Amino acid sequence: MQIFNAHPALYTGEVSRFDAPWLEIGARERGEAMEGYLRIGGREFETTGVLGWSGPPGEAEKRAFPAWTTLPGYRSLATGRNWHLAAAWGLGLGLAAYLVGGLAGGRLRRNLVPTRAMLAPRAVLADLAAHLTLRLPKSGGYNLLQRLAYLAVVVLVLPAMIVSGLAMSPAVHAAAPWTGDVFGGRQSARSAHFLGAGLLALFIGVHLLMLVLHQPLRRLRGMTLGVRETRP
Amino acid sequence: MTASRRTWLRGLAAAGAAALVSACDRIAGDPAVRAGLKGAERLNQGLHRVFFDRRTLAREYPDSAISPDFPANGSISPGDPTYRALAAGGFADYRLIVDGLVERPLALDLAALRALPSRSQVTRHDCVEGWSAIARWTGARLAPVLDQAGLKPEARFLVFHCFDTLDPEAGEDGRYYESIDLVDALHDQTLLAYEMNGTPLSIAHGAPVRLRVERQLGYKHAKYISRIEAVADFSHISGGKGGFWEDRGYEWYAGI
Repeated sequence: MQIFNAHPALYTGEVSRFDAPWLEIGARERGEAMEGYLRIGGREFETTGVLGWSGPPGEAEKRAFPAWTTLPGYRSLATGRNWHLAAAWGLGLGLAAYLVGGLAGGRLRRNLVPTRAMLAPRAVLADLAAHLTLRLPKSGGYNLLQRLAYLAVVVLVLPAMIVSGLAMSPAVHAAAPWTGDVFGGRQSARSAHFLGAGLLALFIGVHLLMLVLHQPLRRLRGMTLGVRETRP
Repeated sequence: MTASRRTWLRGLAAAGAAALVSACDRIAGDPAVRAGLKGAERLNQGLHRVFFDRRTLAREYPDSAISPDFPANGSISPGDPTYRALAAGGFADYRLIVDGLVERPLALDLAALRALPSRSQVTRHDCVEGWSAIARWTGARLAPVLDQAGLKPEARFLVFHCFDTLDPEAGEDGRYYESIDLVDALHDQTLLAYEMNGTPLSIAHGAPVRLRVERQLGYKHAKYISRIEAVADFSHISGGKGGFWEDRGYEWYAGI
């Protein structure tokens, strides 16, 4: 988000059409005060204090995302890039290790690919109803929606984040232009990278919410200490 | 399994507590952390050099892809007296100096530069801020210029000294400069550009001569070049990191 703040606008296609971003965060004068705004497509939302214009009283400044969301908190594209490009290695290597381990041990297929029984229309409806009413199955492996969500993140969103990130590198793009082409151009890849980050944040948020809703201590113990869950 | 997970968790908890106790910004400023981040930068550069053919060309586009609106960043109208005087005379007195670790130092006027082997390419310019724009660039290929000057064997980098002072408060260190290695210097698309979209470079875009070093971010493409110096090492120049923005924390290798 530190990096996004350096040019808080998103475009489609290969290059920036500066008069036509599909998303833009900015600030402007409104009478005596400043107001921040978020513009998506033709719609505009006033976001003073969070997006566009934020900071402690008297020291508010023009910045797309507020200080508490960026690393570092102060404005530094250079340091933000250092962190981002180093952390990308953590993501890439972590995902690679997960995929290699999961495929080799058959865990991905066993735990994440929906079973034939789960895909029966009646079972799909039952799972949907259970989620909508927040009456979740107590145990017995991942249910259908969980499997689909995890699978989408692991084989779709995370790889797309990596490829769209690579596409933005001019050196990678020269050697492998397909990285940009699969998204429809470099600026589209930048948009996808941003939207993908939003999806991941949403996924983590929902994930944590589900944990809190559903026997948090028991789950935490299962996840961290490896103690097998037992039916209560 | 459980024991190793516990050890790992304990480490994670300790790291988490440290992150909470001291502010994130202080961690970010810590020299050891910064050194670690720089390690990742060197890794990225090393991998690019190992995996990508050094002769790979950046994509070239049809003229129809040229951006109608190409932003000019950094200096857009240098106030430096030497530059002002040259600009007032239509750059008739301009001489591009090529010196340092070369056998035959050069002083090329614009006519001499235009007489050298040239190239014209429609390429995409990617700014470190995140935006992109496409233009046609025409200029002298850098490799033949270096052939003419005769690089000495100990030359490893080219330093581009510029006319513009981008940070007046930093005194002489506020002057723009950049540096590239010989892999990029000898690349087919690396140009001393004197035309943009078929007309002589405007002052905003770096008249009379700017660097085009495709496959790297915008700040590498030094504008208002006054002198090209071949060096073995650039640590004695200005802030020592090889460029105006590099001295201010940005990566020397700007391929990402």
